[in-house]
Amino acid sequence: MKPLALCLSALATALFLASLSVGPAHIGALDGLSALILGGDGPEPLVMREIRLPRALLGVMIGASLGISGAALQGYLRNPLAEPGLIGVSGSAALGAVLAIHTGLAAVTTLALPVAALAGAGSGVLLILLLAGPRGGSITLILAGIAISALAAALTSLVLNLSPNPYAASEIVFWMMGSLADRSMTHVWLAAPLMLAGGVALLTLGRGLDALTLGEDAAEAMGLRLARLRLTLVLGTAAMVGAAVAVAGAIGFVGLVVPHLLRPLVGARPSRLLWASGLGGAAMVLAADIAVRLVLPERDLKLGVLTAIVGAPLFLHLIYKTRGGQT
Amino acid sequence: MTLLSLRDLSVRLRGRSILTDVTLDVEAGEFIGLIGPNGAGKTTLMRAALGLLPHEGTSSLAVLPPAARGRAAAWMPQARDIAWPVTVETLVALGRTPHVSGWQGMGPQDRAHVDAALETMGLEHLRHRTATRLSGGEQAMALIARALAQQTPLLMADEPIAGLDPANQIATMQVFARLAGEGRAVIASLHDLGLAARHCTRLILLGEGGLAADGPPAEVLTPENLARIFHVSAHYATTPQGPVFQPLEVIR
Repeated sequence: MKPLALCLSALATALFLASLSVGPAHIGALDGLSALILGGDGPEPLVMREIRLPRALLGVMIGASLGISGAALQGYLRNPLAEPGLIGVSGSAALGAVLAIHTGLAAVTTLALPVAALAGAGSGVLLILLLAGPRGGSITLILAGIAISALAAALTSLVLNLSPNPYAASEIVFWMMGSLADRSMTHVWLAAPLMLAGGVALLTLGRGLDALTLGEDAAEAMGLRLARLRLTLVLGTAAMVGAAVAVAGAIGFVGLVVPHLLRPLVGARPSRLLWASGLGGAAMVLAADIAVRLVLPERDLKLGVLTAIVGAPLFLHLIYKTRGGQT
Repeated sequence: MTLLSLRDLSVRLRGRSILTDVTLDVEAGEFIGLIGPNGAGKTTLMRAALGLLPHEGTSSLAVLPPAARGRAAAWMPQARDIAWPVTVETLVALGRTPHVSGWQGMGPQDRAHVDAALETMGLEHLRHRTATRLSGGEQAMALIARALAQQTPLLMADEPIAGLDPANQIATMQVFARLAGEGRAVIASLHDLGLAARHCTRLILLGEGGLAADGPPAEVLTPENLARIFHVSAHYATTPQGPVFQPLEVIR
Protein backbone atom coordinates (compact mmCIF):
# COMPACT_ATOMS: atom_id res chain seq x y z
CA MET A 1 0.00 0.00 0.00
CA LYS A 2 3.03 2.28 0.40
CA PRO A 3 3.31 3.03 -3.36
CA LEU A 4 -0.33 4.13 -3.48
CA ALA A 5 0.17 6.47 -0.51
CA LEU A 6 3.25 7.95 -2.19
CA CYS A 7 1.49 8.35 -5.55
CA LEU A 8 -1.57 10.04 -4.04
CA SER A 9 0.55 12.31 -1.84
CA ALA A 10 2.73 13.29 -4.80
CA LEU A 11 -0.35 13.96 -6.92
CA ALA A 12 -1.97 16.10 -4.21
CA THR A 13 1.29 18.02 -3.62
CA ALA A 14 1.76 18.66 -7.34
CA LEU A 15 -1.81 19.89 -7.69
CA PHE A 16 -1.42 22.06 -4.59
CA LEU A 17 1.62 23.75 -6.16
CA ALA A 18 -0.21 24.05 -9.48
CA SER A 19 -3.18 25.61 -7.70
CA LEU A 20 -0.81 28.21 -6.22
CA SER A 21 0.48 29.06 -9.70
CA VAL A 22 -2.85 29.56 -11.48
CA GLY A 23 -4.79 32.79 -11.42
CA PRO A 24 -5.69 35.97 -13.25
CA ALA A 25 -2.65 37.83 -11.89
CA HIS A 26 0.11 36.49 -14.11
CA ILE A 27 2.77 35.50 -11.64
CA GLY A 28 5.41 32.95 -12.67
CA ALA A 29 5.32 29.76 -10.66
CA LEU A 30 8.80 30.23 -9.13
CA ASP A 31 8.33 33.95 -8.52
CA GLY A 32 5.03 33.22 -6.86
CA LEU A 33 6.46 30.54 -4.57
CA SER A 34 9.38 32.74 -3.53
CA ALA A 35 6.96 35.62 -2.89
CA LEU A 36 4.80 33.28 -0.84
CA ILE A 37 7.64 32.02 1.30
CA LEU A 38 10.01 34.98 1.47
CA GLY A 39 7.49 37.81 1.24
CA GLY A 40 8.87 41.12 0.05
CA ASP A 41 7.42 44.25 -1.47
CA GLY A 42 4.90 44.66 -4.26
CA PRO A 43 1.62 42.91 -5.03
CA GLU A 44 2.98 39.36 -5.47
CA PRO A 45 3.25 38.37 -1.77
CA LEU A 46 -0.19 39.83 -1.16
CA VAL A 47 -1.79 37.91 -4.04
CA MET A 48 -0.03 34.70 -3.04
CA ARG A 49 -0.69 34.90 0.69
CA GLU A 50 -4.16 36.39 0.77
CA ILE A 51 -5.79 34.98 -2.36
CA ARG A 52 -4.07 31.90 -3.73
CA LEU A 53 -2.82 30.25 -0.53
CA PRO A 54 -6.25 30.18 1.19
CA ARG A 55 -7.84 28.92 -2.01
CA ALA A 56 -5.33 26.06 -2.36
CA LEU A 57 -5.49 25.24 1.36
CA LEU A 58 -9.28 25.13 1.28
CA GLY A 59 -9.11 22.87 -1.77
CA VAL A 60 -6.96 20.39 0.16
CA MET A 61 -9.05 20.59 3.33
CA ILE A 62 -12.44 20.34 1.66
CA GLY A 63 -11.36 17.56 -0.69
CA ALA A 64 -9.88 15.57 2.18
CA SER A 65 -13.02 16.13 4.28
CA LEU A 66 -15.37 14.97 1.56
CA GLY A 67 -13.17 11.98 0.70
CA ILE A 68 -12.69 10.76 4.27
CA SER A 69 -16.30 11.23 5.31
CA GLY A 70 -17.56 9.59 2.12
CA ALA A 71 -15.32 6.58 2.70
CA ALA A 72 -16.35 6.36 6.36
CA LEU A 73 -20.08 6.50 5.57
CA GLN A 74 -19.75 3.92 2.80
CA GLY A 75 -17.84 1.69 5.20
CA TYR A 76 -20.35 2.02 8.01
CA LEU A 77 -23.42 1.56 5.81
CA ARG A 78 -21.63 -1.12 3.76
CA ASN A 79 -23.03 0.55 0.70
CA PRO A 80 -20.93 2.06 -2.10
CA LEU A 81 -23.70 4.55 -2.89
CA ALA A 82 -23.46 6.40 0.42
CA GLU A 83 -22.10 9.95 0.30
CA PRO A 84 -21.38 12.62 2.93
CA GLY A 85 -24.61 14.51 2.23
CA LEU A 86 -26.63 11.44 3.22
CA ILE A 87 -26.90 12.31 6.91
CA GLY A 88 -28.51 15.65 6.13
CA VAL A 89 -25.66 17.85 7.38
CA SER A 90 -24.86 19.42 3.99
CA GLY A 91 -28.50 20.30 3.48
CA SER A 92 -28.93 21.90 6.87
CA ALA A 93 -25.61 23.77 6.59
CA ALA A 94 -26.72 25.13 3.22
CA LEU A 95 -30.01 26.20 4.77
CA GLY A 96 -28.14 28.15 7.47
CA ALA A 97 -26.04 29.89 4.83
CA VAL A 98 -29.05 30.67 2.66
CA LEU A 99 -30.82 32.22 5.64
CA ALA A 100 -27.76 34.39 6.30
CA ILE A 101 -27.79 35.62 2.70
CA HIS A 102 -31.54 36.16 2.71
CA THR A 103 -31.61 38.15 5.94
CA GLY A 104 -28.71 40.30 4.80
CA LEU A 105 -26.50 39.10 7.67
CA ALA A 106 -23.99 37.80 5.16
CA ALA A 107 -23.48 41.33 3.83
CA VAL A 108 -22.63 42.69 7.31
CA THR A 109 -19.51 40.64 8.03
CA THR A 110 -17.63 37.97 6.11
CA LEU A 111 -17.95 35.51 8.98
CA ALA A 112 -21.75 35.70 9.24
CA LEU A 113 -22.37 33.28 6.38
CA PRO A 114 -20.02 30.44 7.42
CA VAL A 115 -21.06 30.79 11.06
CA ALA A 116 -24.73 30.59 10.12
CA ALA A 117 -23.96 27.53 7.99
CA LEU A 118 -22.16 25.89 10.91
CA ALA A 119 -25.16 26.61 13.13
CA GLY A 120 -27.36 24.98 10.49
CA ALA A 121 -25.07 21.95 10.40
CA GLY A 122 -25.15 21.77 14.21
CA SER A 123 -28.94 21.74 14.33
CA GLY A 124 -28.97 19.10 11.60
CA VAL A 125 -26.71 16.87 13.71
CA LEU A 126 -28.80 17.35 16.84
CA LEU A 127 -31.91 16.46 14.89
CA ILE A 128 -30.36 13.33 13.38
CA LEU A 129 -29.10 12.15 16.78
CA LEU A 130 -32.56 12.68 18.26
CA LEU A 131 -34.28 10.93 15.37
CA ALA A 132 -31.90 8.00 14.99
CA GLY A 133 -31.50 7.48 18.76
CA PRO A 134 -28.48 6.02 20.52
CA ARG A 135 -29.07 2.39 19.52
CA GLY A 136 -30.87 2.55 16.17
CA GLY A 137 -29.53 0.65 13.18
CA SER A 138 -28.05 1.96 9.97
CA ILE A 139 -31.46 2.07 8.27
CA THR A 140 -32.76 4.52 10.89
CA LEU A 141 -29.71 6.71 10.26
CA ILE A 142 -30.34 6.74 6.49
CA LEU A 143 -34.03 7.48 6.90
CA ALA A 144 -33.39 10.26 9.41
CA GLY A 145 -30.78 11.72 7.03
CA ILE A 146 -33.19 11.64 4.11
CA ALA A 147 -35.91 13.30 6.19
CA ILE A 148 -33.59 16.08 7.37
CA SER A 149 -32.22 16.64 3.85
CA ALA A 150 -35.73 16.87 2.47
CA LEU A 151 -36.81 19.31 5.17
CA ALA A 152 -33.72 21.48 4.67
CA ALA A 153 -34.23 21.45 0.89
CA ALA A 154 -37.88 22.44 1.31
CA LEU A 155 -37.00 25.31 3.63
CA THR A 156 -34.25 26.45 1.26
CA SER A 157 -36.81 26.50 -1.55
CA LEU A 158 -39.13 28.47 0.71
CA VAL A 159 -36.43 31.08 1.30
CA LEU A 160 -35.81 31.31 -2.46
CA ASN A 161 -39.56 31.53 -3.01
CA LEU A 162 -39.83 34.44 -0.60
CA SER A 163 -36.70 36.24 -1.74
CA PRO A 164 -37.45 39.93 -2.17
CA ASN A 165 -35.79 40.38 -5.57
CA PRO A 166 -34.11 38.35 -8.32
CA TYR A 167 -30.65 39.52 -7.24
CA ALA A 168 -31.05 37.99 -3.78
CA ALA A 169 -32.33 34.78 -5.37
CA SER A 170 -29.46 34.57 -7.83
CA GLU A 171 -26.95 35.26 -5.07
CA ILE A 172 -28.36 32.30 -3.13
CA VAL A 173 -28.40 30.04 -6.18
CA PHE A 174 -24.82 30.90 -7.11
CA TRP A 175 -23.63 30.39 -3.55
CA MET A 176 -25.23 26.95 -3.43
CA MET A 177 -23.28 25.85 -6.51
CA GLY A 178 -20.11 25.81 -4.42
CA SER A 179 -16.90 27.72 -5.07
CA LEU A 180 -13.47 28.43 -3.62
CA ALA A 181 -13.12 31.85 -5.25
CA ASP A 182 -12.45 34.91 -3.08
CA ARG A 183 -12.00 33.00 0.18
CA SER A 184 -9.60 34.35 2.79
CA MET A 185 -7.38 32.92 5.50
CA THR A 186 -10.26 33.65 7.90
CA HIS A 187 -12.23 30.90 6.19
CA VAL A 188 -9.25 28.57 6.51
CA TRP A 189 -8.92 29.23 10.25
CA LEU A 190 -12.65 28.81 10.76
CA ALA A 191 -12.83 25.43 9.01
CA ALA A 192 -9.45 23.98 9.97
CA PRO A 193 -10.11 23.05 13.63
CA LEU A 194 -13.45 21.41 12.84
CA MET A 195 -12.06 19.50 9.89
CA LEU A 196 -9.01 18.41 11.86
CA ALA A 197 -11.09 17.18 14.79
CA GLY A 198 -13.55 15.42 12.46
CA GLY A 199 -10.73 13.87 10.46
CA VAL A 200 -8.96 12.51 13.54
CA ALA A 201 -12.28 11.09 14.80
CA LEU A 202 -13.05 9.37 11.51
CA LEU A 203 -9.53 7.99 11.03
CA THR A 204 -9.79 6.20 14.41
CA LEU A 205 -12.77 4.22 13.07
CA GLY A 206 -10.68 2.21 10.60
CA ARG A 207 -10.54 -1.05 12.50
CA GLY A 208 -14.23 -0.92 13.42
CA LEU A 209 -15.20 -0.28 9.80
CA ASP A 210 -13.02 -3.21 8.73
CA ALA A 211 -14.79 -5.45 11.24
CA LEU A 212 -18.17 -4.29 9.90
CA THR A 213 -17.28 -6.06 6.63
CA LEU A 214 -18.61 -9.15 8.42
CA GLY A 215 -21.91 -7.51 9.37
CA GLU A 216 -23.02 -5.73 12.52
CA ASP A 217 -23.61 -8.90 14.54
CA ALA A 218 -20.21 -10.44 13.94
CA ALA A 219 -18.45 -7.09 14.40
CA GLU A 220 -20.20 -6.47 17.72
CA ALA A 221 -19.28 -9.96 18.91
CA MET A 222 -15.63 -9.15 18.12
CA GLY A 223 -15.74 -6.34 20.65
CA LEU A 224 -16.83 -3.44 18.46
CA ARG A 225 -18.90 -0.82 20.31
CA LEU A 226 -21.38 -0.15 17.57
CA ALA A 227 -23.29 2.70 19.24
CA ARG A 228 -20.04 4.56 19.96
CA LEU A 229 -18.77 4.01 16.41
CA ARG A 230 -22.00 5.42 15.01
CA LEU A 231 -21.88 8.49 17.25
CA THR A 232 -18.24 9.17 16.31
CA LEU A 233 -19.11 8.69 12.65
CA VAL A 234 -22.04 11.12 12.72
CA LEU A 235 -20.15 13.79 14.69
CA GLY A 236 -16.95 13.43 12.66
CA THR A 237 -18.77 13.58 9.35
CA ALA A 238 -20.87 16.52 10.52
CA ALA A 239 -17.79 18.49 11.61
CA MET A 240 -15.95 17.87 8.34
CA VAL A 241 -18.85 18.28 5.94
CA GLY A 242 -20.51 21.09 7.87
CA ALA A 243 -17.26 23.07 7.81
CA ALA A 244 -16.76 22.31 4.11
CA VAL A 245 -20.23 23.52 3.16
CA ALA A 246 -19.87 26.57 5.42
CA VAL A 247 -16.79 27.85 3.62
CA ALA A 248 -17.37 26.63 0.07
CA GLY A 249 -21.01 25.70 -0.49
CA ALA A 250 -22.15 22.34 -1.76
CA ILE A 251 -19.53 20.41 -3.72
CA GLY A 252 -21.07 17.17 -4.85
CA PHE A 253 -19.82 13.83 -6.13
CA VAL A 254 -16.33 14.05 -4.57
CA GLY A 255 -17.36 12.04 -1.48
CA LEU A 256 -19.16 9.52 -3.65
CA VAL A 257 -16.77 9.00 -6.56
CA VAL A 258 -13.37 9.18 -4.85
CA PRO A 259 -13.88 6.20 -2.47
CA HIS A 260 -15.38 4.30 -5.41
CA LEU A 261 -12.35 4.96 -7.62
CA LEU A 262 -9.81 4.08 -4.94
CA ARG A 263 -11.53 1.01 -3.43
CA PRO A 264 -9.95 -1.52 -5.82
CA LEU A 265 -6.52 0.03 -5.21
CA VAL A 266 -6.63 -0.55 -1.43
CA GLY A 267 -7.90 -4.12 -1.61
CA ALA A 268 -11.39 -2.88 -0.64
CA ARG A 269 -10.38 -2.51 3.02
CA PRO A 270 -12.42 0.30 4.60
CA SER A 271 -9.60 1.35 6.96
CA ARG A 272 -7.15 1.92 4.13
CA LEU A 273 -9.81 3.58 2.03
CA LEU A 274 -10.20 6.31 4.69
CA TRP A 275 -6.81 7.95 4.27
CA ALA A 276 -6.57 7.09 0.58
CA SER A 277 -9.88 8.86 -0.05
CA GLY A 278 -8.65 11.83 1.99
CA LEU A 279 -5.63 12.21 -0.31
CA GLY A 280 -7.66 11.40 -3.42
CA GLY A 281 -10.42 13.85 -2.50
CA ALA A 282 -7.85 16.61 -1.95
CA ALA A 283 -6.35 15.89 -5.38
CA MET A 284 -9.76 15.85 -7.06
CA VAL A 285 -10.97 19.15 -5.59
CA LEU A 286 -7.62 20.84 -6.31
CA ALA A 287 -7.74 19.60 -9.91
CA ALA A 288 -11.34 20.75 -10.34
CA ASP A 289 -10.52 24.15 -8.82
CA ILE A 290 -7.59 24.55 -11.21
CA ALA A 291 -9.87 23.57 -14.07
CA VAL A 292 -12.55 26.18 -13.27
CA ARG A 293 -9.84 28.84 -13.43
CA LEU A 294 -8.42 27.57 -16.74
CA VAL A 295 -11.55 26.55 -18.67
CA LEU A 296 -13.62 29.72 -18.44
CA PRO A 297 -11.49 32.22 -16.50
CA GLU A 298 -13.75 35.19 -17.21
CA ARG A 299 -17.11 33.50 -16.52
CA ASP A 300 -16.62 32.40 -12.87
CA LEU A 301 -17.43 28.73 -13.45
CA LYS A 302 -18.55 27.24 -10.12
CA LEU A 303 -16.52 24.42 -8.58
CA GLY A 304 -19.58 22.40 -7.54
CA VAL A 305 -20.91 22.52 -11.09
CA LEU A 306 -17.65 21.21 -12.49
CA THR A 307 -17.31 18.36 -9.96
CA ALA A 308 -20.86 17.28 -10.80
CA ILE A 309 -20.25 17.51 -14.56
CA VAL A 310 -17.07 15.44 -14.26
CA GLY A 311 -18.27 13.25 -11.39
CA ALA A 312 -21.59 12.07 -12.80
CA PRO A 313 -20.20 10.53 -16.04
CA LEU A 314 -17.32 9.03 -14.03
CA PHE A 315 -19.88 7.46 -11.75
CA LEU A 316 -21.88 6.18 -14.71
CA HIS A 317 -18.70 4.60 -16.04
CA LEU A 318 -18.07 2.93 -12.67
CA ILE A 319 -21.62 1.56 -12.61
CA TYR A 320 -21.12 0.27 -16.15
CA LYS A 321 -17.91 -1.49 -15.09
CA THR A 322 -19.57 -2.96 -11.97
CA ARG A 323 -22.39 -4.29 -14.13
CA GLY A 324 -19.84 -5.96 -16.39
CA GLY A 325 -18.17 -7.59 -13.39
CA GLN A 326 -21.41 -9.11 -12.13
CA THR A 327 -22.45 -10.97 -15.27
CA MET B 1 -13.29 -25.25 33.08
CA THR B 2 -16.61 -23.55 32.49
CA LEU B 3 -16.51 -21.37 29.38
CA LEU B 4 -20.12 -20.22 29.39
CA SER B 5 -22.74 -20.34 32.05
CA LEU B 6 -26.34 -19.27 31.59
CA ARG B 7 -28.66 -18.82 34.58
CA ASP B 8 -32.42 -18.47 34.03
CA LEU B 9 -31.86 -16.79 30.68
CA SER B 10 -35.15 -15.53 29.23
CA VAL B 11 -35.68 -13.54 26.08
CA ARG B 12 -38.76 -11.61 25.09
CA LEU B 13 -38.83 -9.90 21.70
CA ARG B 14 -41.63 -7.49 20.81
CA GLY B 15 -43.68 -8.72 23.76
CA ARG B 16 -43.42 -12.35 22.64
CA SER B 17 -41.61 -14.84 24.83
CA ILE B 18 -38.98 -16.69 22.79
CA LEU B 19 -37.04 -18.51 25.50
CA THR B 20 -37.80 -18.99 29.18
CA ASP B 21 -35.43 -19.85 32.01
CA VAL B 22 -32.58 -21.53 30.15
CA THR B 23 -29.88 -22.67 32.55
CA LEU B 24 -26.79 -24.47 31.30
CA ASP B 25 -23.00 -24.63 31.57
CA VAL B 26 -20.56 -25.20 28.76
CA GLU B 27 -17.34 -26.92 29.80
CA ALA B 28 -14.02 -27.00 27.96
CA GLY B 29 -13.79 -30.04 25.69
CA GLU B 30 -17.44 -30.08 24.67
CA PHE B 31 -18.74 -29.97 21.12
CA ILE B 32 -22.37 -29.02 21.57
CA GLY B 33 -24.97 -29.37 18.84
CA LEU B 34 -27.80 -26.90 19.36
CA ILE B 35 -30.84 -28.50 17.76
CA GLY B 36 -34.52 -27.71 17.52
CA PRO B 37 -37.19 -26.99 14.93
CA ASN B 38 -37.32 -23.72 12.98
CA GLY B 39 -38.24 -20.86 15.28
CA ALA B 40 -37.30 -22.75 18.46
CA GLY B 41 -34.88 -19.98 19.45
CA LYS B 42 -31.45 -21.41 18.58
CA THR B 43 -30.12 -18.16 17.14
CA THR B 44 -31.83 -16.16 19.89
CA LEU B 45 -30.18 -18.27 22.60
CA MET B 46 -26.69 -17.78 21.17
CA ARG B 47 -27.14 -14.05 20.53
CA ALA B 48 -28.54 -13.49 24.01
CA ALA B 49 -25.69 -15.52 25.53
CA LEU B 50 -23.25 -13.18 23.74
CA GLY B 51 -25.13 -10.13 25.01
CA LEU B 52 -26.26 -9.09 21.52
CA LEU B 53 -29.92 -9.20 22.57
CA PRO B 54 -31.70 -7.74 25.61
CA HIS B 55 -32.43 -10.57 28.05
CA GLU B 56 -33.31 -11.45 31.62
CA GLY B 57 -31.20 -13.75 33.75
CA THR B 58 -27.43 -13.88 33.45
CA SER B 59 -24.90 -14.99 30.88
CA SER B 60 -21.24 -15.12 31.86
CA LEU B 61 -20.28 -13.80 28.40
CA ALA B 62 -22.78 -10.95 28.24
CA VAL B 63 -21.42 -9.36 31.43
CA LEU B 64 -17.86 -9.14 30.01
CA PRO B 65 -16.65 -5.84 28.54
CA PRO B 66 -16.90 -5.99 24.70
CA ALA B 67 -13.18 -6.37 24.05
CA ALA B 68 -12.78 -9.16 26.62
CA ARG B 69 -15.82 -10.92 25.20
CA GLY B 70 -14.23 -10.78 21.76
CA ARG B 71 -11.28 -12.72 23.18
CA ALA B 72 -13.54 -15.18 25.07
CA ALA B 73 -15.96 -16.20 22.35
CA ALA B 74 -16.10 -16.11 18.56
CA TRP B 75 -19.47 -15.76 16.83
CA MET B 76 -20.31 -16.82 13.31
CA PRO B 77 -23.77 -15.47 12.42
CA GLN B 78 -26.05 -17.28 10.05
CA ALA B 79 -26.10 -14.35 7.60
CA ARG B 80 -22.92 -14.73 5.58
CA ASP B 81 -22.11 -11.07 5.25
CA ILE B 82 -19.05 -10.10 3.25
CA ALA B 83 -19.66 -6.46 2.45
CA TRP B 84 -16.59 -5.63 0.37
CA PRO B 85 -14.57 -7.53 -2.26
CA VAL B 86 -11.62 -8.25 0.07
CA THR B 87 -9.28 -11.21 -0.35
CA VAL B 88 -9.94 -14.41 1.60
CA GLU B 89 -6.76 -13.77 3.60
CA THR B 90 -7.93 -10.28 4.59
CA LEU B 91 -11.32 -11.66 5.53
CA VAL B 92 -9.85 -14.34 7.77
CA ALA B 93 -7.47 -11.80 9.30
CA LEU B 94 -10.49 -9.80 10.51
CA GLY B 95 -10.84 -12.53 13.14
CA ARG B 96 -7.73 -11.10 14.81
CA THR B 97 -9.57 -7.81 15.51
CA PRO B 98 -10.10 -8.39 19.26
CA HIS B 99 -6.42 -9.27 19.73
CA VAL B 100 -4.88 -6.29 17.94
CA SER B 101 -4.98 -3.13 19.98
CA GLY B 102 -4.58 0.55 19.23
CA TRP B 103 -2.77 1.56 16.06
CA GLN B 104 -0.45 -1.43 15.89
CA GLY B 105 -0.91 -3.82 12.98
CA MET B 106 -0.92 -7.58 13.04
CA GLY B 107 2.17 -9.23 14.50
CA PRO B 108 3.83 -12.47 13.34
CA GLN B 109 1.75 -14.41 15.86
CA ASP B 110 -1.47 -13.01 14.39
CA ARG B 111 -0.31 -13.98 10.90
CA ALA B 112 0.48 -17.48 12.15
CA HIS B 113 -3.07 -17.84 13.49
CA VAL B 114 -4.49 -16.64 10.15
CA ASP B 115 -2.32 -19.14 8.25
CA ALA B 116 -3.36 -21.92 10.61
CA ALA B 117 -7.06 -21.10 10.18
CA LEU B 118 -6.71 -21.08 6.38
CA GLU B 119 -4.91 -24.42 6.49
CA THR B 120 -7.45 -25.97 8.86
CA MET B 121 -10.32 -25.13 6.53
CA GLY B 122 -8.32 -26.13 3.41
CA LEU B 123 -8.46 -22.64 1.94
CA GLU B 124 -4.78 -21.99 1.16
CA HIS B 125 -5.40 -22.21 -2.59
CA LEU B 126 -8.08 -19.49 -2.29
CA ARG B 127 -5.99 -17.21 -0.08
CA HIS B 128 -5.58 -14.42 -2.64
CA ARG B 129 -8.99 -14.79 -4.29
CA THR B 130 -11.70 -12.16 -3.78
CA ALA B 131 -14.05 -13.49 -1.11
CA THR B 132 -17.22 -12.05 -2.64
CA ARG B 133 -16.58 -13.91 -5.92
CA LEU B 134 -16.39 -17.35 -4.27
CA SER B 135 -19.27 -19.80 -4.22
CA GLY B 136 -21.65 -19.73 -1.25
CA GLY B 137 -20.09 -22.84 0.26
CA GLU B 138 -16.55 -21.48 -0.14
CA GLN B 139 -17.64 -18.22 1.49
CA ALA B 140 -19.04 -20.21 4.42
CA MET B 141 -15.72 -22.05 4.79
CA ALA B 142 -13.85 -18.72 4.72
CA LEU B 143 -16.14 -17.29 7.40
CA ILE B 144 -15.59 -20.37 9.58
CA ALA B 145 -11.84 -19.82 9.11
CA ARG B 146 -12.37 -16.20 10.21
CA ALA B 147 -14.02 -17.42 13.43
CA LEU B 148 -11.20 -19.93 13.97
CA ALA B 149 -8.59 -17.20 13.54
CA GLN B 150 -10.15 -15.41 16.49
CA GLN B 151 -8.58 -18.20 18.65
CA THR B 152 -11.14 -18.03 21.42
CA PRO B 153 -11.81 -20.68 24.08
CA LEU B 154 -15.43 -20.83 22.90
CA LEU B 155 -16.70 -20.83 19.32
CA MET B 156 -20.40 -20.26 18.59
CA ALA B 157 -21.62 -20.82 15.06
CA ASP B 158 -25.12 -20.45 13.65
CA GLU B 159 -25.80 -23.19 11.09
CA PRO B 160 -22.15 -23.32 10.02
CA ILE B 161 -22.56 -26.35 7.75
CA ALA B 162 -25.75 -25.31 5.94
CA GLY B 163 -25.09 -25.26 2.20
CA LEU B 164 -21.79 -27.15 2.33
CA ASP B 165 -21.14 -30.29 0.30
CA PRO B 166 -21.01 -33.59 2.27
CA ALA B 167 -17.21 -33.70 2.38
CA ASN B 168 -16.99 -30.12 3.68
CA GLN B 169 -19.80 -30.76 6.16
CA ILE B 170 -17.99 -33.75 7.64
CA ALA B 171 -14.63 -31.96 7.53
CA THR B 172 -16.08 -28.95 9.36
CA MET B 173 -17.67 -31.16 12.02
CA GLN B 174 -14.30 -32.88 12.46
CA VAL B 175 -12.56 -29.51 12.81
CA PHE B 176 -15.03 -28.54 15.55
CA ALA B 177 -14.62 -31.91 17.27
CA ARG B 178 -10.84 -31.45 17.17
CA LEU B 179 -11.09 -27.98 18.72
CA ALA B 180 -13.13 -29.52 21.54
CA GLY B 181 -10.49 -32.25 21.85
CA GLU B 182 -7.84 -29.53 22.28
CA GLY B 183 -9.68 -28.23 25.33
CA ARG B 184 -11.81 -25.58 23.72
CA ALA B 185 -15.57 -25.72 23.25
CA VAL B 186 -17.87 -25.33 20.26
CA ILE B 187 -21.60 -24.60 20.15
CA ALA B 188 -23.10 -25.02 16.69
CA SER B 189 -26.74 -24.88 15.74
CA LEU B 190 -27.47 -27.74 13.36
CA HIS B 191 -30.37 -29.13 11.38
CA ASP B 192 -28.59 -32.29 10.25
CA LEU B 193 -29.34 -34.55 13.22
CA GLY B 194 -27.34 -37.38 11.66
CA LEU B 195 -24.14 -35.35 11.68
CA ALA B 196 -25.02 -34.02 15.13
CA ALA B 197 -25.42 -37.56 16.47
CA ARG B 198 -22.08 -38.67 15.01
CA HIS B 199 -19.84 -35.77 15.92
CA CYS B 200 -21.22 -33.86 18.90
CA THR B 201 -20.36 -34.79 22.48
CA ARG B 202 -23.56 -33.21 23.73
CA LEU B 203 -26.84 -32.06 22.25
CA ILE B 204 -29.05 -29.25 23.51
CA LEU B 205 -32.60 -29.56 22.24
CA LEU B 206 -34.67 -26.39 22.21
CA GLY B 207 -38.44 -26.48 21.90
CA GLU B 208 -41.67 -25.42 23.55
CA GLY B 209 -40.14 -22.09 24.54
CA GLY B 210 -37.14 -23.39 26.43
CA LEU B 211 -34.69 -26.19 27.03
CA ALA B 212 -36.40 -29.45 26.05
CA ALA B 213 -33.49 -31.85 26.54
CA ASP B 214 -29.76 -31.66 27.27
CA GLY B 215 -27.27 -34.49 27.28
CA PRO B 216 -25.30 -37.00 25.17
CA PRO B 217 -26.80 -37.58 21.68
CA ALA B 218 -28.25 -40.99 22.54
CA GLU B 219 -30.15 -39.54 25.49
CA VAL B 220 -31.49 -36.52 23.62
CA LEU B 221 -32.47 -38.12 20.31
CA THR B 222 -35.04 -40.41 21.90
CA PRO B 223 -38.24 -41.35 20.05
CA GLU B 224 -40.28 -39.41 22.65
CA ASN B 225 -38.26 -36.18 22.28
CA LEU B 226 -38.29 -36.44 18.48
CA ALA B 227 -42.04 -36.97 18.40
CA ARG B 228 -42.76 -34.22 20.90
CA ILE B 229 -40.45 -31.50 19.55
CA PHE B 230 -39.71 -32.34 15.90
CA HIS B 231 -42.85 -34.35 15.09
CA VAL B 232 -40.82 -37.03 13.31
CA SER B 233 -39.97 -40.64 13.85
CA ALA B 234 -36.41 -41.81 13.28
CA HIS B 235 -34.07 -44.73 13.10
CA TYR B 236 -31.17 -44.59 15.55
CA ALA B 237 -28.57 -47.34 15.66
CA THR B 238 -25.12 -47.78 17.08
CA THR B 239 -23.04 -49.46 14.37
CA PRO B 240 -19.36 -50.40 14.09
CA GLN B 241 -18.95 -47.17 12.05
CA GLY B 242 -20.41 -45.10 14.89
CA PRO B 243 -23.94 -43.89 15.61
CA VAL B 244 -26.29 -43.64 12.65
CA PHE B 245 -29.38 -41.50 12.75
CA GLN B 246 -31.96 -41.11 10.04
CA PRO B 247 -35.31 -39.26 10.41
CA LEU B 248 -38.08 -41.33 8.78
CA GLU B 249 -41.64 -39.98 8.85
CA VAL B 250 -43.58 -36.93 9.95
CA ILE B 251 -45.92 -37.62 12.85
CA ARG B 252 -49.03 -35.50 13.06
